[in-house]
Amino acid sequence: MDFSWIVSYRELLLHGALLTCLLLVISVTVGFWIAVLLAVAQVGRNPVLKYAAKSYCTFFRGTPLLIQLWLIYYGLGSYLPHIPGLRGSFLWPIMREGVFFAGVALTLNFAAYQGEILRGTLLAVPKGELEAAKAAGMPPFMVLRRIWLPRAIRIGLPTLAGEIILQLKATPIVFSVTVMDLYGAAYKIRQDTLLVYEPLILVAAFYVALTFLITQAFQRLENAVPTRR
Amino acid sequence: MSSNNNQLALAVRDVHKSYGSLKVLKGISLEAVRGDVVSIIGSSGSGKSTFLRCINFLEIPDQGSFRVNGEEVEFRKGRDGRSQPSNWRQIERMRSGLGMVFQSFNLWPHMTILQNVIEAPVHVLKVDRKAAVEKAEGLLAKVGLYEKKDSYPAFLSGGQQQRASIARALCVDPAVMLFDEPTSALDPELVGEVLKVIRGLAEEGRTMIMVTHEMKFARDVSSRVMFLHQGQVEETGPPSQVFGAPTSTRCKEFIAAGSH
Repeated sequence: MDFSWIVSYRELLLHGALLTCLLLVISVTVGFWIAVLLAVAQVGRNPVLKYAAKSYCTFFRGTPLLIQLWLIYYGLGSYLPHIPGLRGSFLWPIMREGVFFAGVALTLNFAAYQGEILRGTLLAVPKGELEAAKAAGMPPFMVLRRIWLPRAIRIGLPTLAGEIILQLKATPIVFSVTVMDLYGAAYKIRQDTLLVYEPLILVAAFYVALTFLITQAFQRLENAVPTRR
Repeated sequence: MSSNNNQLALAVRDVHKSYGSLKVLKGISLEAVRGDVVSIIGSSGSGKSTFLRCINFLEIPDQGSFRVNGEEVEFRKGRDGRSQPSNWRQIERMRSGLGMVFQSFNLWPHMTILQNVIEAPVHVLKVDRKAAVEKAEGLLAKVGLYEKKDSYPAFLSGGQQQRASIARALCVDPAVMLFDEPTSALDPELVGEVLKVIRGLAEEGRTMIMVTHEMKFARDVSSRVMFLHQGQVEETGPPSQVFGAPTSTRCKEFIAAGSH
């Protein structure tokens, strides 16, 4: 085993690890709030929103992430420069990067899965708790904001931890659109040094460590509001 | 308006409700003046809980007129022939003046007991948080739960949860309290502590409408008892009459079955 290359490649590795974390944090955070909208639309009464949300979730859960990423990168990516004014705008330096499209794809994909989970947990909140909120005089939006959503999110916490871990392990796919994430760094190191295993082992250890941190964080979160089962 | 009308906390007339072809309520009326304690009794399926839930529109009645605390609820027939409240804002305002206590407590498990109690005052009535906390602590002390104020509902016994939910209902200063079988989900040992709290409220002169199976309790605390049978008022009057000398055969049978 030869790990002597770590020192000379530390900046590439560090940069890659940061990029992996950044993609994970952004896609989970933004994706979660899109998921909330998708879930609420699915349990709501408006038929247009309901079917729009259902179709969205079906599409993004029904197609491979790789294809979504490529559709967004090559499809949307080649269309964006034709939007008048966009090339000159301050957003352009971000929007022409592969990492932007990778972030978008990961976010939309995560939102679809999480939206479906939250739809289920919204329906799992006991009716009586919502009736108590209505009986207290809360208007529908307040019931949603104060009681229904917080309860549904809590019920879904153990599943959310699992989803985030899956999301973490989906991130290396962004290397296919030129993003130098942690896996990308490992790939480059393998090419340069002709070492087969060592860079992969290091990367694997990183993913395991991050998974461990995520599980620990959620354990704490779940214990914050104790429920007796 | 006559002075009698000013005293009326609740006037509900001719309430009808059906589920499909099943008629659950066939024209029930109820008036309560301030300080009244009305107990609604009857066998399962007689419509007593449905009627209570119609009062704050958790069930939407097909027909009827509702006057709560002097305010008439606007209520119109929709295009499908069923009635709908014409103004949900009004329903929400009306609900915030009614305190409801459920059979299964329905405390919000993600909030502490104190947070449960101040939720409606702070967020619905926009009461200053500090004032709400002060008041909630007083109410929790009154129902014997001051020490439990920072616990989560899951760690309380059924009796404690129900007392907490009574404190929650009280914290909005309701014109009328609605109790939907408040002791039916409790094991016998815990029933007493909840009834004691409700009895205290009756003695304070709170206006209360209570669906209950606790016959002895209903007889003791009620100013009036209403016996429902198959969606209709079969017998109503002071407890001495309904329990002591009922005129309807069905009511006689019901009282006799419950008195041994």
